[in-house]
Amino acid sequence: MVTNSALKNTRTSRKRRPKVNHSKTSELMYDVLDESLRRAELNHNVTYAILFECVHTVYSIYPKAELLEKAAKCIGKFVLSPKINLKYLGLKALTYVVQQDPSLALQHQITIIECLDHPDPMIKRETLELLYRITNSQNVTVIVQKMLEYLHQSKEEYIIVNLVGKIAELAEKYAPDNAWFIQTMNAVFSVGGDVMHPDIPSNFLRLLAEGFDDEMEEQQLRLYAVQSYLNLLDMENVFYPQKFLQVMSWVLGEYSYLLDKEKPEEVISRLYKLLRNQSVSSETKAWLIAAVTKLTARAQASDTVERLIEEFSASLDTCMRQHAFELKHLHENVAVMRSLLPVSKSCEDMVVDASLSFLDGYVAEGLSQGAAPYKPHHQRQEEKLSQEKVLNFEPYGLSFSSSGFTGRQSPAGISLGSDVSGNSAETGLKEANGLKLEGVKKLWGKEGYLPRKESAAGQEVEAPPGAPGISASENLDRVAARRTQAQALTQSKEEKEKQLLASSLFVGLGSESAISLLGKADTVSHKFRRKSKVKEAKSGEASSAHNLTCSSLDSLSNTACEDNAYLTTLQDGEDAKSKDFPLSSELSDSESLSELPLAEKLSDFSLSAPSLFADSDMEIFQPLSSAAASVTTDTTSASCFLEETTEDTCSGCVEVCSDETVSVSSYKLWKDDCLLMVWSVSSKSGSEVKGANLDIFPAQNFKISKHPGCCLPVTEAGSTRNFQYSLQMEKSFTEENLSGFVNYQMVDTHSVQLEFSVNLSLLDFIRPLKISTEDFGKLWLSFANDVKQNIKISESQAALPSALKTLQQKLRLHVVDIQGDEGLLACRLLPSTSSLLHCRVHGDGLALWFRSSCPALLDYLSCQCQKAMEGS
Amino acid sequence: MQFMLLFSRQGKLRLQKWYVPLSDKEKKKITRELVQTVLARKPKMCSFLEWRDLKIVYKRYASLYFCCAIEDQDNELITLEIIHRYVELLDKYFGSVCELDIIFNFEKAYFILDEFLLGGEVQETSKKNVLKAIEQADLLQEEMVYIRRQAVSTEGKYDQIQEIVVSYFYLQKVKMQTTEFKVDVF
Repeated sequence: MVTNSALKNTRTSRKRRPKVNHSKTSELMYDVLDESLRRAELNHNVTYAILFECVHTVYSIYPKAELLEKAAKCIGKFVLSPKINLKYLGLKALTYVVQQDPSLALQHQITIIECLDHPDPMIKRETLELLYRITNSQNVTVIVQKMLEYLHQSKEEYIIVNLVGKIAELAEKYAPDNAWFIQTMNAVFSVGGDVMHPDIPSNFLRLLAEGFDDEMEEQQLRLYAVQSYLNLLDMENVFYPQKFLQVMSWVLGEYSYLLDKEKPEEVISRLYKLLRNQSVSSETKAWLIAAVTKLTARAQASDTVERLIEEFSASLDTCMRQHAFELKHLHENVAVMRSLLPVSKSCEDMVVDASLSFLDGYVAEGLSQGAAPYKPHHQRQEEKLSQEKVLNFEPYGLSFSSSGFTGRQSPAGISLGSDVSGNSAETGLKEANGLKLEGVKKLWGKEGYLPRKESAAGQEVEAPPGAPGISASENLDRVAARRTQAQALTQSKEEKEKQLLASSLFVGLGSESAISLLGKADTVSHKFRRKSKVKEAKSGEASSAHNLTCSSLDSLSNTACEDNAYLTTLQDGEDAKSKDFPLSSELSDSESLSELPLAEKLSDFSLSAPSLFADSDMEIFQPLSSAAASVTTDTTSASCFLEETTEDTCSGCVEVCSDETVSVSSYKLWKDDCLLMVWSVSSKSGSEVKGANLDIFPAQNFKISKHPGCCLPVTEAGSTRNFQYSLQMEKSFTEENLSGFVNYQMVDTHSVQLEFSVNLSLLDFIRPLKISTEDFGKLWLSFANDVKQNIKISESQAALPSALKTLQQKLRLHVVDIQGDEGLLACRLLPSTSSLLHCRVHGDGLALWFRSSCPALLDYLSCQCQKAMEGS
Repeated sequence: MQFMLLFSRQGKLRLQKWYVPLSDKEKKKITRELVQTVLARKPKMCSFLEWRDLKIVYKRYASLYFCCAIEDQDNELITLEIIHRYVELLDKYFGSVCELDIIFNFEKAYFILDEFLLGGEVQETSKKNVLKAIEQADLLQEEMVYIRRQAVSTEGKYDQIQEIVVSYFYLQKVKMQTTEFKVDVF
């Protein structure tokens, strides 16, 4: 039965292996763990299983010295056990623990050495895993050598990939010198070959290219790499993996110039030999020919290159043929070639004119000859869709009238044309932003942010409370004592060898134990620390970005000038129209007044083209001023609102109920995030309204909350008292009644109650959605539901802008853009459902096309649009 | 536990139980690879293997290899114990089990395994309970066989079949437990 309960016990203990840093939770476990460690004496697999889990847990939770000691003893028992299964698990536990406490590895170093030569590859592998964790700059050569030995023996791909990655990591981190590093990496490449992780070769190449702090060292490393590769290539009948060949060809191409003795021609001839080799893959051949191209820039006229060009110009592989032709033409012009392939500049970033501004002239010429202007992809798609679904009833009038205008300013193309240059400028800017990111050197390695890590390490050294209380010096003493003991005891040669190996493997561990809590010893200074080029790069980037913006701004302003010149005339024409057909009597005055300065502004070319209709119109046609004017009966309060809500629009004041003494009126304020209802209670007689109180009956579709804003205290006689409620829609609806009552006290102290109700429609919760044309395009494609409608419009609205104005004004839609006879509008339903509208004028009709994520909103909107257009 | 395999020293698969969904092709590939790797190992090597991202725990009993694949978080030793418990169960059920027992009564071996492990986890640690459940299942099986045989011998006379069934359930009520006794009654 012991076994049964034990089986259950392990199951639970297995589940609780999470990292617990919480000291209180950990304290709860201490007793259980202690008990388990103490009582587990039976010599049985199950007890060992429990012990193993206990040890794991002890090292995972908030540390307690006493328990750690016991756990360490327990691990010792495992490692020293003659049973091979237990030894394996002991090593495993040690691997896990050694990150926190390297001194444990020191205690068992002889056992570890023995396991390193164990006949069982699994034990060997586990030992290597352990050694990998305790590697530092002093023992790296021995450990990597052991790993390479194992690597040569193993056949399984999974193991090779794993081990190769580890070796590469260690080599990069702790390499003692150049020669060793290059040779180790050579071994990694030739064994790991094509199965290894692609990061390894690219990391290696980046290390070579970016270099590190010491310039001399950097050059030497490169030179050594070049030399060793040349030697490797000279060997006959050796096959290297493709990845290795690619690395070689890149390094030779970039850094052969460091060689004094050998001329580029000789390197080229070696590469040429490889190129002709059948076993080399076509991808590698591309690398090789790129290297040859780089070398040719520095070589004098070489027969090999010419032979190569001749041979590969007729190659069946198109890629190779292209490379050969490129090389051929570059070869003819050495000056261009040198500037294109500068020496040792692989890390410099190229400045690319992403806006392709040098093509602007070409585009302008094309447009003037009647070519269609460029449309972005989403626009083309949209047009295609609309053309597929709707028959085109429009006359082809636009192309005829284009003859009347010079250059690229055909009426249809006006907005599009400006879009072309505008867009290209915009993308240019964006590219500039993007480049910045690219230029930043990689500071984030596998180990995290390299420079910062060390300081963090420093802090943690001071921090650990309740850490295993073995100080470094004690540790060293113990190790020394152990060594002398061991030396005294052992005489045989074999033992001595092991001692030697141990001292080489575990060197540096003792002194490090003080800073052991960090885990993997990242504190050792890395040999190949990557240079922090951030600053340089950033400043360089900044200047280049600046250049780009300048150039793109220039082009923008140029095109804007041209367009604006035309737009002003257009705008004038529209003004005339809108004056001819006044939209609503109360608006006409303010409209024409405010539009005048706009026209002036336009003639100054100070406004950018796209914002012409979008923003300026918006403000002009908000019925704010008119509404304010009609509210003047309650001057004091109204002015008070107006200050607060200058951006929001509000409805006129409507009397909702009244009796002999009091009248209650209400407004709607269309706030940006809610509907604000204001009721004002005013006494007719001018006498004081005492104890006036207003309440709203709860409605199911709204969230009503009292708005704290300006609730005026008891008002003077004759004036009013205001109540504000903000409403948020919770369920969608079309029409809804909101009712409430007012309480007030007459002078003769009896209270009176008045009931009232207000009509709300969904329209009260629709707000303009201010987005750019580009965003409109994106949103448009993302909405699934759409509704199309054709509306007949009266003559007064025949022009698109006036029709849009009606919609904007009545439905509070935002006019995103007007392009020719098409207009884009956008709105959102509070809180967050947005809807887009595309309209096109044809003849006496207006084709509306709504899109939204919410189908109910679409129906409502289309219905409202129809009403709005018919009503006016 | 992800799966359990039983195979002979010659590499013949005797029993397989998968607790993760895999295609047949995948299963075959894994089996082939594992059998090869495990058979290549010498008897003195440890019973654990790291294979791909799984841990393999295997143990040899006579000519049979029992091989389990567990995840990273699982305990190897307890898996070894699970294998041992399964062998004990087989042993107790068959009475000193041998490879032939499993070959000819493979369905029993599967039944025992299902009583013991559920979804790759131990569901019943008690040997007694597992065997009791298996015995009951055996009994039920025999009774079903008995009823069917009786039904066939009456050649479709429904009254008689009914009689048999009724009398059978009557016997159940009186708690007649042994089959021999029932045969005597009829």
